[in-house]
Amino acid sequence: MAQKYLMKGNEAIAEAAIRAGCKLFFGYPITPQTELSEYMAKNMPKREGLSLQAESEVAAINMVLGASAAGARVMTSTSGPGISLKSEGISYIVGSDLPCVIVNVQRGGPGLGGIQPAQSDYNQATKALGHGDMHLIVLAPASVQEMATLTGEAFDLADIYRTPVMLLADGALGQMMEPVDFEEKPHRALPKKDWACTGHGGSRKHNIVNSLYIEPEVLEKTVVDRFKKYEQIEQNEVKYEEYLTEDAEIIIVAYGITSRIAKTAVRNAREKGIKAGLFRPITLYPFPEKQLDALADKENIKTFLSVEMNMGQMVKDVKLAISCKKDVYHFGRTGGVIPTPDEILTNIEKYVGGAK
Amino acid sequence: MSAILLAGFGGQGILFAGKQLVRAGMELGKQVSWLPSYGPEMRGGTCNCSVNVDDDAIGSPLVTKPDILIAMNLPSFQKFEEKVVSGGIMILDSSLINIKTTRNDVNAYYIPATRLADENGLKGLANVIMLGKLIRVGSLMDYKFFRDSLQASSPKSKPMLGELNCKAFDIGYNYED
Repeated sequence: MAQKYLMKGNEAIAEAAIRAGCKLFFGYPITPQTELSEYMAKNMPKREGLSLQAESEVAAINMVLGASAAGARVMTSTSGPGISLKSEGISYIVGSDLPCVIVNVQRGGPGLGGIQPAQSDYNQATKALGHGDMHLIVLAPASVQEMATLTGEAFDLADIYRTPVMLLADGALGQMMEPVDFEEKPHRALPKKDWACTGHGGSRKHNIVNSLYIEPEVLEKTVVDRFKKYEQIEQNEVKYEEYLTEDAEIIIVAYGITSRIAKTAVRNAREKGIKAGLFRPITLYPFPEKQLDALADKENIKTFLSVEMNMGQMVKDVKLAISCKKDVYHFGRTGGVIPTPDEILTNIEKYVGGAK
Repeated sequence: MSAILLAGFGGQGILFAGKQLVRAGMELGKQVSWLPSYGPEMRGGTCNCSVNVDDDAIGSPLVTKPDILIAMNLPSFQKFEEKVVSGGIMILDSSLINIKTTRNDVNAYYIPATRLADENGLKGLANVIMLGKLIRVGSLMDYKFFRDSLQASSPKSKPMLGELNCKAFDIGYNYED
């Protein structure tokens, strides 16, 4: 059995990133991701890497852009307010087709908000990380182990598709401790970075990394080509988990820390004889639309309940995915309040059997 | 399955105590989780810590209905007294909590941990005294196993800390209320 370490989720991301060959970390401090930056500052210099606290989030994301353009595996991490500041740079990174990993350990918002866990950056992460026609791959871990595993996966996906990848966690996952192993997963085949701006002594034509295209037709082609890449991502990279969905009457849809609490609520519902099941998206983009739609086609499934730590964001994607074939409801707490299994169970009982 | 809630002021070592439980649980091969909840301040303020030690994969890491409550100040006790499951355990630091539980469906233990720590030159180790009591009454894990794990967890550069922790642990374990 692989060696297990007791670690905070934030530390697990940092350690997994270093093991994945991340050589550069640029950040600006913010709760509740602090342990991640701290771990990088402590460990990067010892392990042939560099960790730098930039003068601002805007500077940090542009350092990421530069390092990625030079072909390095690079990461930055922050929380909601920092992502808002970084969004210009993120859009430039997308427009330049550069790989990198961006971590958002979510806290309550809007504004400075609070420092307790939330999932209210779902819309931002999946729809509006920057201006322009664009997506990022968004991965949503639900345990400290997945914080590590999905970090390695994020770096591979970024390199394969030449796109930034976001790890969307939250303050609870970031600060909780669980056992984690860093066992090596099978490596995916990675393309050569023959587009990178590295020194070559005139041995080849120089590369250009750029996101400015003055001619509309030229810009349109870059965007259309990028959307072909998104189609591939939607075909090949959807990840999700199902729990007791086979005979379920009501499906809870939840991701991240909320899916853990929902799982307890589902178990409690089953003990009461209510046929509840859980569907957990692991990729928020690409969203597991087809898989949810297949569930909606099942006779026994009558109702969907999206449980989120926000006022109702993913619920709209659930409705779209199943074309409103079945009733879809939302239950959420926000501002840093974590829902309890009992609250979720109350909502399961309220909605089971369809609209009342 | 044990869902444990440790609660008190910031600075009392609530998070440290919880960490010792999950570390020992992990060494036993159990599924464990540790979730802190505290404000932005380093000391003072309220602080609590959810610990799960289980044979099966852990669902919610947040403990809302503890099997065991360790309370180290009055506000924490008052906040969580009603949440403890029927048949559960409460361990209260009676030097800081001057009332008793009104519930008769739980097993309550009163130990003046802060006073015992002060009297024995173990200032700041009331948390470990509480752990001693917990291992005595909680049927979570074996005395020697936990004590060894506690000793091994202190940094190698400061072996004295391990000794002091073990001393505090024994005081709690052997205390009769």
